[in-house]
Amino acid sequence: MSYYPKKYDIIVVGAGHAGCEAALAAARMGCSVLMMTIDLDGIARMPCSPSIGGVAKGQLVKEIDALGGEMAKVTDKTAIQYRLLNTKKGPAVQSSRTQNDKIRYHIAMKEALEKEPNLDIKQAMVEKLVVENNHLVGIEDQTGFGYQAPAVILSTGTFLSGLVHIGFTSIRAGRAGEFASYGLPESLRSLGFNLGRMKTGTPPRLKKSTIDFTRFAKQEGDENPRPFSLFTKEIKMPQIPCYIGYTNKKSHQIVRDNLERSALYGGKITGVPARYCPSMEDKIVRFSERDKHQIILEPEGIDTEEIYASGLGNSLPMDVQIPFVRSVEGLEEVEMMRPAYAIEYDYVDPLQLFPTLETKPIKGLYMAGQINGTSGYEEAAAQGIWAGINAALKIQKRPPFLLDRSEAYMAVMVDDLVTRGTEEPYRMFTSRAEYRLLLREDNAEQRLMEKGNELGLIDDETAKEMKKRQKKISAECHRIKNTVITPSKEVNDYLIKAGSAPIKNATPLDQILKRPELSYQDISTLDGHHKKKDERIARHVEIEVKYEGYIQRQLREVEKFKSLEKIKIPPEFDYTGVHGLSNELREKLSTIKPISLGQASRIPGITPAAISIIMIYLKKTGSLL
Amino acid sequence: MDYKEETIAAIATPIGAGGIGIIRVSGHNAETIARKIFRSKRPIKSFDSFRLYLGHIIDPKSNLPVDEVLLSIMHAPFSYTREDVVEVNSHSGYTILSSMLQIILRAGARLAKPGEFTLRAFLNGRIDLTQAEAIIDLINAKGDMSVRLAASQLVGGLRTRTEDIRHAIIEILARIEASMDFPDEESTMITRSHIADHINKEILTSVEEVIAAYAQRKIWHEGVAVVIAGRVNVGKSSILNRFLQEERAIVTPIPGTTRDILEYMVTIEGIPVKLLDTAGIRKVKGKIEKKGVDLTKTQLTAADLTLLVIDRSRSLSQYDLNLLREVNKNNTIVVINKIDLPAKLSEEKIGSTFEHLPKVKISALTGEGFKELNRAIFDKVMDKKIDVPPTPIVPNLRHKIALSEAAAFLEKASVNLVNGFPLEIVAADLSWAKDAIDEITGNKTSEEILNNIFSRFCLGK
Repeated sequence: MSYYPKKYDIIVVGAGHAGCEAALAAARMGCSVLMMTIDLDGIARMPCSPSIGGVAKGQLVKEIDALGGEMAKVTDKTAIQYRLLNTKKGPAVQSSRTQNDKIRYHIAMKEALEKEPNLDIKQAMVEKLVVENNHLVGIEDQTGFGYQAPAVILSTGTFLSGLVHIGFTSIRAGRAGEFASYGLPESLRSLGFNLGRMKTGTPPRLKKSTIDFTRFAKQEGDENPRPFSLFTKEIKMPQIPCYIGYTNKKSHQIVRDNLERSALYGGKITGVPARYCPSMEDKIVRFSERDKHQIILEPEGIDTEEIYASGLGNSLPMDVQIPFVRSVEGLEEVEMMRPAYAIEYDYVDPLQLFPTLETKPIKGLYMAGQINGTSGYEEAAAQGIWAGINAALKIQKRPPFLLDRSEAYMAVMVDDLVTRGTEEPYRMFTSRAEYRLLLREDNAEQRLMEKGNELGLIDDETAKEMKKRQKKISAECHRIKNTVITPSKEVNDYLIKAGSAPIKNATPLDQILKRPELSYQDISTLDGHHKKKDERIARHVEIEVKYEGYIQRQLREVEKFKSLEKIKIPPEFDYTGVHGLSNELREKLSTIKPISLGQASRIPGITPAAISIIMIYLKKTGSLL
Repeated sequence: MDYKEETIAAIATPIGAGGIGIIRVSGHNAETIARKIFRSKRPIKSFDSFRLYLGHIIDPKSNLPVDEVLLSIMHAPFSYTREDVVEVNSHSGYTILSSMLQIILRAGARLAKPGEFTLRAFLNGRIDLTQAEAIIDLINAKGDMSVRLAASQLVGGLRTRTEDIRHAIIEILARIEASMDFPDEESTMITRSHIADHINKEILTSVEEVIAAYAQRKIWHEGVAVVIAGRVNVGKSSILNRFLQEERAIVTPIPGTTRDILEYMVTIEGIPVKLLDTAGIRKVKGKIEKKGVDLTKTQLTAADLTLLVIDRSRSLSQYDLNLLREVNKNNTIVVINKIDLPAKLSEEKIGSTFEHLPKVKISALTGEGFKELNRAIFDKVMDKKIDVPPTPIVPNLRHKIALSEAAAFLEKASVNLVNGFPLEIVAADLSWAKDAIDEITGNKTSEEILNNIFSRFCLGK
């Protein structure tokens, strides 16, 4: 095989949301990086919804941003609607979400990649991994040409053995109309990897001018949108609404009558679908009592007529899809521009990964995104930056970058994947994070920016500014706790007007702020001689003070949690010789190779007694002092 | 490190023991805790190691003395665990002992897990490395026993109740979580007052009922009925006495159930056992011979478990064989007594007569074999799932602590709901309540809430 003359540090295979973050992070950390994609025009494509963020996903994007990633910046450059979700629920579950112009998103990300001096981008289909003595040495493309690097990050999305289904028609494709890779999964299998199959899908795209929008409820974005990225100074794009409507009994009848003609119920699909993203067929079978389901019409961009019809996803044949879509009120005359389809693809069981996202069998091979069994642009991007950073650190012979579950949503996700695996496409939910109150959008910079700075992904100036803000926040929290307000007619009148009880005694400001009906704004007013604060600081202070008790309790839980995380298990630790563990647990532990007692404790089926036993052996073998 | 941060406490003597009861506390806060809860006549400036102090355990809540005790401190590293260890010696029964333990736990200790004192002794280098495996066996054995006990029907009533409570909490959590994770879906909208009502009326009431059952200690009036059967002079009475003495039980003859049978409550390996004693009948000699097997029949039907006692130093009699025919083979242990005397009965004879029935060799005189007998009784009760109707709710101290904690979080959740606190704060209260309940049921899987959400709501694009 002939090789390209230039040798790289890292090759990234795939240019989706995971691949882009991985390549950028590694290149910005000083590695020479080659990014390979089947189609240069498909870089950072959004093959499903035209939306970034959402509950828990927004947190992921903010975390990527705080680590110096690109997703939030590109989102801000191309967002045509901003919405802060759950504003009435509480700070930890408040998340940002945008609608984005897909084409602009692709162009903006491609531009960022092209500007990166350490990064080469090439169009090629990777067919094979080249491995020597369980160490990665390079890849081979479809033409048999090779590229060399000691580290490869696979972020192949739905392209491994991708199979698109519309009714009973099945087409080999990574996405509709794009080549799939059938060589690479074979290469992975021959290297000993265990692959599984998953299913996802996407709804139809409809032509805007053929929709009767009067039959839909308009959903505007926020009046005062807050940018996603800390680096965005200004939102320049025009803001565009979405529209909400419903399916009806007639639509459901059409689907019901043709269930067996769908790929999903006609026996064409073996891949595991996600329960949170059901196809129309599933909704009708599993929730037969519902006579309508919500749909949201989302613009795919400014310069296009295409409308993404969220909620109409299905795997029905064309002759059913068309009447089904037209059965919806307001869509009677609609022209469908792209049909809905289901897609099956191979993923690699993530239990074969270390928490760095490097594979256990092959040194230097990393995986990020849908290949690990996840779903979602944000989940992919977060794994991308994680894998990119870790691959770069390994090349530079620096210690790995590992956050724990109390530090970031991305760490929750990675830990879940490598410790518990996943049975369905894994999506982030806030309920997956046990320390949710600590993992908020508003404190992502506080949690991660310094780390981004140490990695070389955040410049010193930005890090310094962040620290200044943090100082101001703690100073303000301190001030509020130590400022006492005395009852006066003026004060009590204000409180009553704000729907709060009057005070009888001198009361510290923090006690007043703890009342659910009052905000930081109220406190500032009550507390007269107080100059206006940066909005970001105000929000942060309010949360820290209001939920202090709860935050403190979670911090105490984190302390306990960390104590087990700190007890490391050496990678060569041999479970076969451990007396008192069941064979089942021994096998699990040998496969998963937890890096700490904490990770071991989260493996399903592990008992507290088993943890004590491992602890005893760590002591015996001298790993525990 | 974990085990160095936390101070642990437990009753170190067998549960249900009379005589002296010891509560052991180990960890860097042991002395601080002792200072909070112990009061002696003359105030103690500093505790000396290995000295016994006479005084009272005080409930810091009420400032009232609970019991007179002897307290000793062994400073690190000269203690069993090589940590600061406090031991409280009391002459009181289980109830007082457990309320003192509660006071200690409130003062900052956590309840020790099975084998944890020994584990710490090992981790702190007090016990030789070669003993590692013995310690593992200890942890496994104790853990295994408590797991099986928890899973048994004996505490089945409690288990069903706590599982119900747990499920109710998970359902509410699922609704709240769904409303947060899927804000765009109309189906996930919730009404705060409904949920608060549900917590108060359904869940809290149920939790409080179980807590109340603890106070009533129903178990001490139930338990597994065990009858000791056998011919005259086979050693029934010595065995009974040995049980009462070995277990240092709270010996509570409960007269009047029938005029002929006395009942004694003991605990065997943590299982409450009601020993049915025919002492009353034994005295009226002669009558026994007449009533013969008929009387035994009545006893046997009243029993959940029969200990069929035979005398190895004599040959088998017709009575032994009749008795064997009468007993329920599923609920019988053959107790081969008097192994301190020369054997007249051969192993083969015993084997061919009693076939597959579990057999334990003991000497009621020397006490030999009682450990095995206790274990056999425990195994039999656990494995055969002996029915104990009506199934009582039997919370122990650990359960009660967990339930009280759960109740506090549930109340908080309901108040926060009504007061308009953010939903994730309410969710935090509820998941802490769930964690507390998990301490009882032992199941802790993170996917449950999501599973519940997906089975309940139709979500997604």
